[in-house]
Amino acid sequence: MNRARQLAALAALSASFWAAPLLAVDNTPPLPDPVMQQRYLGLTHELRCVQCQNEALADSNVPLAADLRLEIHDMLLAGKSDEEIRTFLVARYGEFILFRPRMNWHNAWLWGAPGLMLLAGFGVAVRVMRKRASLPITDDDEPTPAA
Amino acid sequence: MKRSLLPLGLFALLVIVLAFGIYNAPKEGSKEIISPLLGKPAPQFSLPQLTNTAEQLQNTALLGGWHLVNVWGTWCVACRAEHEVLLQIKSEGRVPIIGIDWKDDDASAVAWLSQLGDPYETVVTDHDGRAAIDWGVYGAPESFLVSPQGIVAEKLIGAMTMEVWNSRFLPHLAANAPVSAKAGA
Repeated sequence: MNRARQLAALAALSASFWAAPLLAVDNTPPLPDPVMQQRYLGLTHELRCVQCQNEALADSNVPLAADLRLEIHDMLLAGKSDEEIRTFLVARYGEFILFRPRMNWHNAWLWGAPGLMLLAGFGVAVRVMRKRASLPITDDDEPTPAA
Repeated sequence: MKRSLLPLGLFALLVIVLAFGIYNAPKEGSKEIISPLLGKPAPQFSLPQLTNTAEQLQNTALLGGWHLVNVWGTWCVACRAEHEVLLQIKSEGRVPIIGIDWKDDDASAVAWLSQLGDPYETVVTDHDGRAAIDWGVYGAPESFLVSPQGIVAEKLIGAMTMEVWNSRFLPHLAANAPVSAKAGA
């Protein structure tokens, strides 16, 4: 009996944890089409709230974020593509609104750096191996016995 | 001997890159985003006037002379702080100020202007915030200097001060256009 009560309380408590995210910050009416709704969720999670800069639009409760969500909602309804919506917002708020920056001439070096470093690493490895292969075989690498 | 300099050189390079990054990092507390609107045409808008809601003001009204477009709201504390400065800019008569009353209540806005003084040539209202999005506004107050050709020449996020006005905004007027007829009066 008591045990059942405890369990019920626990269940209610854990249910409340699950419910918390559903107490939506986002009051924008859902889109009629589930695919469109998915795109909406994708976009609002990958776009930054420019006012509260470490939050995504989806998670932010400032009025501007609500306005921008509604704007995205309406643009989706109007048949705009995800890329058109991103471009619309970048034109107004700059690249900073994108949590996933696009590649452009300013940041190409950053995108290319890992590849270049990998190539450089290969170059070094090949050189070292070639050099070692050409060395005469000696016992130099053997650990010297303690004196 | 020569080989041993390579790691040192790489290390020095890394230090230079990191030092560059640290010195160019945004200062703490500075969250200002450089507006992509600078140097571009001011966005199109058609908004009802605050005191005459039947009349719309269009972006074409900004053409032909310099204008300062100021986005504000009575809910905005920093707008209260900059209000005196706007009044002073108005009294200098160099450039008319257009107010965009952002997501605000008309009655509060009218009361605010009658109590504190009205620095604006025209105030339009943006109740749903669509126009503010087009201007890339993310925190009031924001001020935009729009050229006679309708190009956004300067932008300030946050409260206007006379220092900022004199150092960043006025030079545009001096360099590009003769002082308007109003200033002579």
